[in-house]
Amino acid sequence: MSSSKKEFISEAEELLGEAERYLIELQEASGAEVDPDTVNALFRSIHTLKGISGLFGLEGLKDLSHALEEILDSLRLGEMEITDETLGFLLKNIDILKGLLKEADEGKSSDVSAYLEDIKEFRKGTAGRGGDKQLGDLIDEAILGVLSSYEEQRLKANLRRNRGIFTVSAVFSLEDFDKKLSALTEKIKREGELISTLPTSEDVPQDSIGFKILFASDKDADALKADLGMNTVRLAGKETGRRDSQAAAPSLKSISTTVRVDIEKLDRILNTIGDIALTKGALKRIEQELAETYGHSDLVFDIHRATQSLEKRLLELQQQVLEVRMVPIGQIFSRLAQIVRRYSREIGKPVELKVFGEETELDKFIAEEIVDPLMHIVRNAIDHGIESPEERKAEGKPEKGTVTVRAFQRGNSVVVEIEDDGRGVDTEKIKRKAVEKGMISEGTDLDDTELIGLIFRAGFSTKEKVTEVSGRGVGMDVVKERISSIGGYVDVKTERGAYTRFSLTIPITLAVIKSLLVKVGAHTYAMPLSSIVETLAVDGDALQSIEGKSVYNLRGELLPVMPVADFFEAGSDGGVEGGYIVVSGYGERRVGLVVDELIGGQEIVVKSLGAYFDGLKGFAGVAEIGRHNVILVIDVEGLTDEILLRHKGLLHV
Amino acid sequence: MKNILVVEDSESTRSMMKAVIEDLGEDYLVFEAGTGFEALKLLPAEAFSLIITDINMPDINGIELISFVKSTPQYRGIPVIIVSTEGSEEDRRRGLALGAEAYITKPFKPEDLQEKIRVVLSP
Repeated sequence: MSSSKKEFISEAEELLGEAERYLIELQEASGAEVDPDTVNALFRSIHTLKGISGLFGLEGLKDLSHALEEILDSLRLGEMEITDETLGFLLKNIDILKGLLKEADEGKSSDVSAYLEDIKEFRKGTAGRGGDKQLGDLIDEAILGVLSSYEEQRLKANLRRNRGIFTVSAVFSLEDFDKKLSALTEKIKREGELISTLPTSEDVPQDSIGFKILFASDKDADALKADLGMNTVRLAGKETGRRDSQAAAPSLKSISTTVRVDIEKLDRILNTIGDIALTKGALKRIEQELAETYGHSDLVFDIHRATQSLEKRLLELQQQVLEVRMVPIGQIFSRLAQIVRRYSREIGKPVELKVFGEETELDKFIAEEIVDPLMHIVRNAIDHGIESPEERKAEGKPEKGTVTVRAFQRGNSVVVEIEDDGRGVDTEKIKRKAVEKGMISEGTDLDDTELIGLIFRAGFSTKEKVTEVSGRGVGMDVVKERISSIGGYVDVKTERGAYTRFSLTIPITLAVIKSLLVKVGAHTYAMPLSSIVETLAVDGDALQSIEGKSVYNLRGELLPVMPVADFFEAGSDGGVEGGYIVVSGYGERRVGLVVDELIGGQEIVVKSLGAYFDGLKGFAGVAEIGRHNVILVIDVEGLTDEILLRHKGLLHV
Repeated sequence: MKNILVVEDSESTRSMMKAVIEDLGEDYLVFEAGTGFEALKLLPAEAFSLIITDINMPDINGIELISFVKSTPQYRGIPVIIVSTEGSEEDRRRGLALGAEAYITKPFKPEDLQEKIRVVLSP
């Protein structure tokens, strides 16, 4: 059987199960007021069943569900009364439909004309009502025009029962409107019957969506306002109590204080701030020279106070601009749902995406930068992490895999975790592959963490066959590079047969980072101060060479060192002649990077290298120093990894 | 590349429609929404060339979605095809009155849908 037919059978089964539950619900509620939502949902199940049966060419199922749909339509429109007899008749027919579905599954089909006759008989004697008031006189045509015929019928039914018809308007952010709107509609349903939810973009800011909700209630506008905490507008129907003069002003005003700004304009402001910071630097130098020439006079002290104040205000300004650039991470999560649905179907693994922490905020630029890495990790999880449904079943796991994406703030960072409940990472397999590829030698002793770290190295892929899904020319090495280019890092935790969790720790804002400017050969580079522990002038006596690798005796401990030039220049021998050592990392990850010259501290805003330099290793990004001077920022974390690997006797760069 | 948004709550119908549309060629990319809400979320995220929507759906229905699309300046230009069923002629009429470009009635043959899409997307 084709997989789409299988899909049809299971969906049809679900629909029939649903319909049965609704019917039983209605039977149990017998005597009490019928919930129109239940009747409508019942109608929709059979309506959908009719639709899909037709698509799959199952005429019998289609005809019978069509006949039942007509009865249900009359019920929901209030043209026919809901009695125990009707419900019993419908339940009997659900059983017949189930039988037909079973036959369809087995490839058989039988004649349904007898059943159709029964339904016809049953319908005899039930007549539709008529003679409704002219709705156009009561309700604005503009609203009537956007109601479906069912909604219009409900409107009439409520008017017949002398209920008032109201609208309430609300504006929500696009990120979470579904949750907020559901909360509101739940509240409204307690006041009466919800008739229609009309989305609108009128007078609504760009990242938001407005809704006009039409509902019927026995209460008056005052009581509704008290219950809902919102103003309602009466459109028609019964008037009890006094008229609410405030009612006609839905609160759209508060949101119109928001403006939308192109991110480029904010970038320009940041650049200008950078220029002012340079001027401030010049002022500080002048102040120092004045102090040296004229001593600490009152005037020098005044200049000192003025530059201090300038420095403080400048930092505040920078901070405020960065805050303006913050957006909720949910903006990018909504794209993930699409990817998951698409890829899980493409490769035939049912996968559910769970998302938490959509409201977590981070810089717009950073949010955009992590989209691709995030997509890649999610695809990777579906492709490599989650097992096939058969494998999962065999291991006692639910057939449907789960990918959980969670975002939360931790200090100055946002952590985004992507976890799958799949097979975990096979470190043995990684090791075999790395040896095969000549990345490590057979005997290299690496623990699990180090082995997992190998997947982030260029040219590594454990999957023999490059699949449609995650084999798109980007590997985990690119993910790591992109994340470190915005000052973040990637962490992996895994348990065989249980889960794999990637944690991206990324800065909340394009922080202005403090950096150390260094010179290597003719070039100036920046190194983030946060990854630097100390700097030392190279002391020739403390330098040793062991098996061609340089180590430095740092207060009795051997520190692996390597000239920065070695990473960027071919043919360098790894020897250290002089200059300065920049010490980075802690504990076992402590290493020394040798540079020619230390220039001094500088605040920089790190930007991504961009697509042109995607292949460029060893750099975390670029920074603008002043208006036209762009320098490269060294990826200290990456170089540290390299030094550690090379000193461990690994073969290949 | 033509991004097509298919709004349909029945999963099997949706995947069938997706397959039919993707049969048209490689530059047709189908985005699926199982509810009107999902469609509202996807609209600002992607640039769509066409929306194909069912009428009867949970949360907001097709009529409400069409009214939203056709009253929002940045989406107004996206053509809409209504997928209606026997018995929902009245709603189909309303959808067309709100500005939907075309409709197709379920059950339809794959070629019918493809033809509709070609016609609607032809310049």
